[in-house]
Amino acid sequence: MPDLTTTYVGLKLRSPLVASSSPLCQNIGNILQMEDAGIAAVVLHSLFEEQILIESQALDRHLSAAEESYAESLSYFPDLRRYNIGPDEYVEHIRRAKQAVDIPVIGSLNGVSTGGWIRYARLIEEAGADALELNIYHLPTDPSIDGATVEQQYVELVRHIKASVRIPVAVKLGPYFSSIPNMAAKLDEAGADALVLFNRFYQPDFDLESLEVVPNLVLSNSSELLARLHWVGILYGRIRADMAITGGVHTAQDVLKCMMAGAKVAMMTSALLRQGIDYAARLEEDLIRWMEEHEYESIRQMQGSMSLERVADPAAFQRANYMRVLSSYELRPRPGVQ
Amino acid sequence: MQRRKVTIDGNEAAAYVAHKVSEVIAIYPITPSSPMGEWSDQWSAEGRPNIWGTVPTVIEMQSEAGAAAALHGAIQAGALAATFTSAQGLLLKIPTMYKVAGELTPTVFHIAARTVATHALSIFCDHSDIMAVRQTGFAILASNSVQEVMDQALIATAASLESRIPFVHFFDGFRTTHEVNKIEELTDDDLRAMIDDELVRRHRERAMTPDRPVLRGTSQNPDHFFQAREAANPYYLACPTIVQNAMDKFAALTGRQYHLFDYVGAPDAERVIVLMGSSAETAHETVDYLVERGERVGLVKVRLFRPFSVEHFIKALPPTVKAIAVLDRTKEPGAVGEPLYLDVVTALHEGYDGRPLPRVIGGRYGLSSKEFTPAMVKAVFDELAKPNPKNHFTVGINDDVTHTSLEWDPEFSTEDPSTVRCLFYGLGADGTVGANKNSIKIIGEETDNYAQGYFVYDSKKAGAVTVSHLRFGPKPIRSTYLISKANFIACHQFVFLERFDVLKAAVPGAVFLLNSPYPADQVWDHIPRNIQEQIIRKRLKFYVIDGYEVAKKTGMGQRINTIMQTCFFAISGVLPREEAIQKIKDAIRYTYGRRGEAVVQKNFAAVDAALDHLHEVHYPEQITGPEPPPTVSPKAPEFVQKIVAPIIRGEGDSIPVSAMPPDGTFPTGTAAWEKRNIALEVPVWDENLCIQCGKCVIVCPHATIRSKVYDKSALVDPPPTFKAVPARWKEFKDMLYTLQVAVEDCTGCALCVAACPVKDKTNVKRRAINMEPQIPLREQERANWDYFLKLPNVDRDLLKPSVIKDTQLFQPLFEFSGACAGCGETPYVKLVTQLFGDRAIIGNATGCSSIYGGNLPTTPYTVDEEGRGPTWNNSLFEDCAEFSLGFRLAIDQHNRHARDLLARLAPQIGEELVKALLEADQSTEAGIRAQRERVKLLKERLAGIDSPEARRLMLVADYLVKKSVWAFGGDGWAYDIGYGGLDHVLSTGRNINILVLDTEVYSNTGGQMSKATPRGAVAKFAAGGKPTGKKDLAMMALQYGNVYVGRVAMGYNDAHTVKTFLEAEAHDGPSIIIAYCHCIAHGYDMVYGLDQQKAAVQSGHFPLFRYDPALLAQGKNPFQLDSKAPSIPLEKYAYNETRFTMLARSDPEAARRLLEAAQRDAQLRFKLYEHMASMPLNGSPKAELAKEEKHA
Repeated sequence: MPDLTTTYVGLKLRSPLVASSSPLCQNIGNILQMEDAGIAAVVLHSLFEEQILIESQALDRHLSAAEESYAESLSYFPDLRRYNIGPDEYVEHIRRAKQAVDIPVIGSLNGVSTGGWIRYARLIEEAGADALELNIYHLPTDPSIDGATVEQQYVELVRHIKASVRIPVAVKLGPYFSSIPNMAAKLDEAGADALVLFNRFYQPDFDLESLEVVPNLVLSNSSELLARLHWVGILYGRIRADMAITGGVHTAQDVLKCMMAGAKVAMMTSALLRQGIDYAARLEEDLIRWMEEHEYESIRQMQGSMSLERVADPAAFQRANYMRVLSSYELRPRPGVQ
Repeated sequence: MQRRKVTIDGNEAAAYVAHKVSEVIAIYPITPSSPMGEWSDQWSAEGRPNIWGTVPTVIEMQSEAGAAAALHGAIQAGALAATFTSAQGLLLKIPTMYKVAGELTPTVFHIAARTVATHALSIFCDHSDIMAVRQTGFAILASNSVQEVMDQALIATAASLESRIPFVHFFDGFRTTHEVNKIEELTDDDLRAMIDDELVRRHRERAMTPDRPVLRGTSQNPDHFFQAREAANPYYLACPTIVQNAMDKFAALTGRQYHLFDYVGAPDAERVIVLMGSSAETAHETVDYLVERGERVGLVKVRLFRPFSVEHFIKALPPTVKAIAVLDRTKEPGAVGEPLYLDVVTALHEGYDGRPLPRVIGGRYGLSSKEFTPAMVKAVFDELAKPNPKNHFTVGINDDVTHTSLEWDPEFSTEDPSTVRCLFYGLGADGTVGANKNSIKIIGEETDNYAQGYFVYDSKKAGAVTVSHLRFGPKPIRSTYLISKANFIACHQFVFLERFDVLKAAVPGAVFLLNSPYPADQVWDHIPRNIQEQIIRKRLKFYVIDGYEVAKKTGMGQRINTIMQTCFFAISGVLPREEAIQKIKDAIRYTYGRRGEAVVQKNFAAVDAALDHLHEVHYPEQITGPEPPPTVSPKAPEFVQKIVAPIIRGEGDSIPVSAMPPDGTFPTGTAAWEKRNIALEVPVWDENLCIQCGKCVIVCPHATIRSKVYDKSALVDPPPTFKAVPARWKEFKDMLYTLQVAVEDCTGCALCVAACPVKDKTNVKRRAINMEPQIPLREQERANWDYFLKLPNVDRDLLKPSVIKDTQLFQPLFEFSGACAGCGETPYVKLVTQLFGDRAIIGNATGCSSIYGGNLPTTPYTVDEEGRGPTWNNSLFEDCAEFSLGFRLAIDQHNRHARDLLARLAPQIGEELVKALLEADQSTEAGIRAQRERVKLLKERLAGIDSPEARRLMLVADYLVKKSVWAFGGDGWAYDIGYGGLDHVLSTGRNINILVLDTEVYSNTGGQMSKATPRGAVAKFAAGGKPTGKKDLAMMALQYGNVYVGRVAMGYNDAHTVKTFLEAEAHDGPSIIIAYCHCIAHGYDMVYGLDQQKAAVQSGHFPLFRYDPALLAQGKNPFQLDSKAPSIPLEKYAYNETRFTMLARSDPEAARRLLEAAQRDAQLRFKLYEHMASMPLNGSPKAELAKEEKHA
């Protein structure tokens, strides 16, 4: 039996299969099912500071809307003493998840203000999460804010959070940087324990009949994997932080590619949504079968084996892909040259 | 246990004690007593126990009668029970009160004394409700202040248990119930010390139980009833002593000594006033003041009104008394005098023991919270000093009809100079009142000062004005009257300066704080002249702050409360600045903390930013400001000028009796004269994009956006910005169309924009109407609106009532009501008036629709160009269906009478005309028009016939024209209190239309649950989410078989709504329409009201159908399902509304469970409707019909 174990941000995992952050994880029942299906760790759905802010302000606005203005109805709602506005519900969820399963539970946080990030990060740690994944989802729309400023904000944030909590901190990134390796190196230096590549942004669609912009969610497919392999492959060995791949992982082949590019874990959601949580068990079987057929001893053996550092033909990772030279041999290093 | 000082109002004080000494509390909401029930419900929901360790059961019943009955049952079964009510609610309990007293069962009814509706309804205070129950056998105990309410709630309970006589414990509605004051809170030990457990045991032993069965409620006969009734005498004789003993016991505990009758004043007084209620505090203050100045006057405060102890009353009077004035806060027309006066005269007659009787006069004061001030007390004392004082006088008004009123000196004041008196003018929902309540708490609890707060609200639900009266100082505050001499006046809305005299109450040297959009160095020239004049003359210290700017900067939106509050503390200096700011922040955290940290932080930011923006204005000595605009146009009719305008200006008190109609009759169409200018933004028409669909017109709650189609020739000399485009109607080629907005009446709700289906193809954010700032548009649109009104309406006969764009050319005869901005009810009401207004007679149940429909000073129902329009009357809450049935009975009677007379007078009138009149087809607008013409002709002919029958026919001739009879009301009426009457009316088969405006909650009284409230929604009395499903009123009505039933939702399908209204009117029998109405009590931005209506239908929460008996006759299934199967999960509808999400936030488990159950409800209900819609009919009525026709 090949050894599927891997380590990720210091956590020992029974396999590289991890459930990525999604609404599936709002349900404890699902998390239990994931553990049963062999998934090695779960990343919970994100706690959105913005959502908390919006809900809190909406509650205040609507409760106050007609207060103290007409004598017969000085208020329209009973005064409930307690509202779970705020992270309480999320924190409680972490606690219950930790009670329910043995596999690591990773909290996911999407903040807006530095104060908010730090406050919630601490709460997530106190609740017992094994690690924290920062979902930095900043959508730039202001042309006056340059890229360097945005990047600096990310780095500062990671630095602040690392200073505030002791659990490992993974940073989930989108692909839109001028230099991904530079961004990765900066985050690495700021103390990130892992980088998770890449976030999938929800692109809105246009409804032509109602002339409205509507939210749109399309599940991923394997073709999206390539960009992730590309970058993980380039980064492997150049940064200390572990790497995780998320988006486009659907089959055992996909997982193997992730490992070979240099990722420590492969994260899935769309596959589980499409095929059910139990699919993870079948995928694990496929993985084992392939490794046996190809005589690999362990996952760790193959990790990073096809990264830029190690692959014989690095041109595939580089610009060379775009160029066409008469003889393709011209672009390749001579065999035997170290 | 140490007693703590708390700053609460009278309602909370009463509920505090009642909850702790009760096991069952049965209630029904009615202003101003509703909060007592709400407090009880909240405390029980929180698990607060009574003094025996159990949590009282609180239940909301279907009416006050139901609550009384439930309470009766509970006490008969051995529980300790209480209830809370006012006015008509108390009257509904009368039959039960006789029973409870007759059975000698202890209980306490805590009553917020309120005016019983007579010529008009009033939510305000007088003793007419108390007096209406004085004969029931209940004891009656009066409390005059918030402290007394807490104290005597306990005394009443103890005395009731011991005497076995049930008690009414009353206190003045609003003046005491809503006055915030600093008092000493009783502890559980105090309560236990007063409530004798032995007496509780005896109460339990008297209970009905199968373990020791007894029989009560027997039916008795002449030979023994009388004796049995008199057997209760010893209990009534013992009661006064028992009450005094309880008061003495209480005094030993707390140091506060009460007596059945409390005398204050000179021990050798010659002139004495007798009264009860909150005005006793004012009289007390006045007596102290006068006695200090050597006057021999005094006051007897009546506490135990029933049983009235002659002995104790006489003892309370000083032996030197020569003249007594008894003041009654009620009116009993037809009696020799009012009740308290009669009691005093009789008591003196019986008990004065041979000495010469003092002269006694009686007077009325304070009806419906009319102010009763020290100046008026003095006027009464002055009257008593006259050799022939006026009897049966009134004080507080100018009675220039029967000349009962006394005059008083408005400058006379007994305000203590060490008391600081502050007035705050705010806009409803800007947080001013809440901030002031916090200020009182801060001052009352953090300093040694006494503090009092009283709040005056508006009769409008949008753009409402609130006035907060705050007093604080080193001495206890007895001033139960409004502040007329203020040292601090804050005006939180600049526009108020134009509307009424904000500085009238300012004393010389007072502080004036103004929320101003203009900076300190520019504001002066914008201030109206009359305000400038007062600032200068009274040498006011004048400060400004741009509150909205600070609010915007700190994310507070429209809520300037904490900003202004900070300024108040800084300027008034009642606390050191830093300490005040800290206290304000503590209060913010306490009040808003549970809504989330973000809310707390933005309030903190506002507080911190406030003082930097506060500036003193160094004003010149010149008056440079503009004249304030006239309250109403000079073109307004006399009634509007004389009565409406003063009321709008806040000068209603100056209206003399002669100006008021004696029978409560008011003209319609007065709302059009009040131009409120409350919208910050109004819709602007893009005439080129517009497709003239009429959807904006139909959804407008206030009829402030209207459409007309008219001939080109009518467009003569339009104002320069007036818009007109070719009309897009096949039938109206070569005519023009205008969509016009009344910007001075618009509330800025933007529902019209939300309804507009058209988007600009070059910029999808723009529609055919878009919101823009109102002020720059005011002048031009005023001219445009006036011009628009004068354009002719297109002939109604040419319009197809089933087509939306056609119907929206009908003139609305319901406009500019005081409803909330974005109201979901009023578009349906407006639609009725568009379709049938010129022939509609409407009975309206009490509720939002009766308030926006008829709350003075303005009346929103109006007339068309021929002077016809809806006639409207609000009778009571429970009787609307029956009341409206009465209209139909009379109208049909008149019609029959007219037809009868026509037949008899046919030879003189003309056979042809008579035949045409009798056989007229009035099923169309044209048919009605034709009949009106015929009636006109008939009247002309009748004028020439000299006979009694002709004269009689003249009086009823108009009833030959079809009338449309309507009953309007909300779900509180239709599902709960009025259901019995509604059901009966439906069973009669008479031709009446019932419109149920279903907001799924008691909107008008502040969100109590009704049987229309859906499962899982949070409402008062359903704080944990309503556990049961929504009652299906439509199905209950449907089972009669001859009732037309329709369920509509305008936001889902406006054409269906119109069709349903037309079919309902056409049905010659009872019709009931249940209309889904979005409401501010649902808790979301009402601009999404139509979207939520749509979602309500799409989720299956409110499926639509029509049941038309007419189809039965045609052999068809009368049940037509008008909405599709649920296509979105219930959550997608419900979780847009705070009434559902607040449960998800406070108890996610319960929310989940109830949502699942509600989802199942929706699915099952739709299946049922689908089943009914697809049922085949038995037999073949068509064949039967064919057979009948053959025989005929």
